[in-house]
Amino acid sequence: MTMILLDAVTKRFSPALAPAVDELSLVMGEGTTTALIGPSGCGKTTTMRMINRLIEPTSGRIVIAGEDVTRSDPVTLRRRIGYVIQQVGLFPHLTIAENVATVPQLLGWPETRIRARVDELLALVGLDPATVRARYPRQLSGGQRQRVGVARALAADPPVMLMDEPFGAIDPIARGRLQDEFKEILRRVRKTVVIVTHDLDEAVKMGDFVAIMKDGRLVQHDTPDAILARPAGDFVRSFVGQDRALRRLGLRRVDDVMTPPTGSRGPSVPRGTNLRDALSVVLAESAPVLIVVAADGTPVGEINRDAFFEGRSAEEPGGSGMRG
Amino acid sequence: MLIEALQWIPANWPTVWTALQQHLLMSAVALGIALVAGIPLGIVVTRSPRAAALAIGAVNALRTIPSIAILAAALPILGIGFAPSVAALVVLAMPPILLNTYVGLSEVDPEVVDAATGMGMTARQTMWRIQIPLAAPAIFAGARTAAIQVISGATLASFIGGGGLGDFVTAGIAIMDMRRVLAGAIPIALLALGVEVGLALTERWIFGKPRRMP
Amino acid sequence: MRWTPTHIPDILEALGQHLLLVGLSVGIAFAIALVLGIWSARRPAVYAAVLAVTGAIFVIPSLALFALMIPFMGLGTKPAVAGLVAYCLLILVRNVATGMRAVPADVLDAALGMGYGRWGLLWRIELPLALPHIVAGIRLATVTVIGIATVAAYINAGGLGAIIFAGIDQRYPEKIIVGGLLTSLLAIGADFVLTRVERRLRADRSA
Ligand SMILES: Nc1ncnc2c1ncn2[C@@H]1O[C@H](COP(=O)(O)OP(=O)(O)OP(=O)(O)O)[C@@H](O)[C@H]1O
Ligand SMILES: [Mg+2]
Repeated sequence: MTMILLDAVTKRFSPALAPAVDELSLVMGEGTTTALIGPSGCGKTTTMRMINRLIEPTSGRIVIAGEDVTRSDPVTLRRRIGYVIQQVGLFPHLTIAENVATVPQLLGWPETRIRARVDELLALVGLDPATVRARYPRQLSGGQRQRVGVARALAADPPVMLMDEPFGAIDPIARGRLQDEFKEILRRVRKTVVIVTHDLDEAVKMGDFVAIMKDGRLVQHDTPDAILARPAGDFVRSFVGQDRALRRLGLRRVDDVMTPPTGSRGPSVPRGTNLRDALSVVLAESAPVLIVVAADGTPVGEINRDAFFEGRSAEEPGGSGMRG
Repeated sequence: MLIEALQWIPANWPTVWTALQQHLLMSAVALGIALVAGIPLGIVVTRSPRAAALAIGAVNALRTIPSIAILAAALPILGIGFAPSVAALVVLAMPPILLNTYVGLSEVDPEVVDAATGMGMTARQTMWRIQIPLAAPAIFAGARTAAIQVISGATLASFIGGGGLGDFVTAGIAIMDMRRVLAGAIPIALLALGVEVGLALTERWIFGKPRRMP
Repeated sequence: MRWTPTHIPDILEALGQHLLLVGLSVGIAFAIALVLGIWSARRPAVYAAVLAVTGAIFVIPSLALFALMIPFMGLGTKPAVAGLVAYCLLILVRNVATGMRAVPADVLDAALGMGYGRWGLLWRIELPLALPHIVAGIRLATVTVIGIATVAAYINAGGLGAIIFAGIDQRYPEKIIVGGLLTSLLAIGADFVLTRVERRLRADRSA
């Protein structure tokens, strides 16, 4: 079922300038995560902020769960939409618990329910409620603050979550881990999520769908695999880069392609490893066969080197790769 | 001489006590009015860059006029006594309160305000729950400066018949009675220092360690 | 406007006295502050003590401060200047010390490495680099003293304050306005000129 519908949405900040968002139409299904990606200034943030009406569209329609939001009260609307921004925007004068409790409090929940919800959410995002509850934002690390930001956005269980570069301010190593965790959290809470990023790896990793924008327009909207396999036009092709084939391997796991073990010998990788990392091992060891092992080290499958190169041409006809 | 002056104070306690009360009352009333008027004005002004520029320009010009001239200016308009003195002291107290309220509010991180709005706070809720609490240290610092300004100005109220501890100094100088001069000057100095220290401690108690120099 | 046109010489004389009071006070205070500021800049305990004392003086209402001078110095210019000097020490010391501390550690290192002695370092490196801060201090002190000096007229030091006090005594609004406005203009003028100087210095230094 469609959760968010953008219908020919345009935003002009000034009549003299080109529109920041130009006749953008986009459909996002309930429970899916859509990554909005594109070069700086292409209108990602503007698009997202029109969804919770922090910016009013110049023309076009935005419908959430069947309701035209340009007609509803912005304050009520925003309380039903979780909002996470890059700089996190935690309230520095309020404790972590008070920060997380913001929307439930605005909605007038009873104290006991709020308290239980705060603890539940802190635990969900991997923080120990007892330790962090009474702390202030400045007493947490960047990654911890980002977790609180997500907990706060989830507080009143909104059906929709908007996240603007939520990992932008975090160092690369912590970022990878946080992405994994959030992907898992988002899978569990089943929200409709819009996540803005300008990191292709992040978009491919987090999004069920990726929407690529350029100069306020949508240039391609598809699954990560389809975008990597069939980039629509030169812009997307150069945007996804020379290594798109490798990135695509990163989307699949050894478990999907392994064959039953036959007792061959060779370098091993644990189950769940993505094909990109697995290929790296194969290349480094110049091995003809890769063994997939369970946590206890017993072989559960093996992958022939040629398997990495199979099926490529079938999914990528010709080379023009155009698709509507 | 110092000893004589210190003996003069208890010997004339009722007069000193009355003057001290006048001084405190005048200062407190003026500061109260300035706070009640200045903080809301500072808040309103923040909403429009035009109004803010205008108010800040006016306030900065006002600050270059010496306190004694502001008190003196009340004289032809309002006459002598308590009320004109209070009016002049309100004018003296407004600039730091207005400026600090404005600066404090405009220095609140826009991302934080954006987050508040994005989460569904109304403009009023954002102001009361987020912006004002975050600007509170700056506003308090402004009130503290204003308090010292007002106590200092109140000593000059003596020149326009407003009473207060300044009366001893002016009377003492007029008849060159050093005991009287000191009996005014010492309590005034102690009062100002006491208020400064008291407010500094209060500030630290409420907001923790000071974040910046006043 | 009946009094002003016929008393231009008197007004100019008061203006001259005012400038003298301000110039003398800021000059003396600057000499003291330079020593105190340089001495305390890199000694936190000394600096805290100096700030506590000068800060306490700064809080004392001007009339009381002048009054405290009278038993020792009588009336006139002397106690007025003493009071004004004491009054602006805080601002000047603070800015001198801040300026001295603003010299980056690597610049100091380089200078020491090149063989500068203590005084050479001070005169050739630290003070020139601190100059914009010092000028900013002089500007703030001057503007403040221009206002406070009006009160000094009450202890017979003359200046523009004398015109204001005459206005109060005689219930003559014109004098109050002339005295007040001239003082205000003087402060605005001093602020303008010294801001220019400060900006020029900063631009030179950042080039
Ligand atoms: N409030 C505004 N007023 C005027 N122009 C704006 C405003 N907000 C954004 N723009 C312009 O609209 C265009 C799109 O901006 P937007 O912030 O949506 O880009 P973005 O894709 O989020 O970029 P980034 O990756 O740098 O965050 C830019 O050209 C920007 O300068
Ligand atoms: Mg953006």
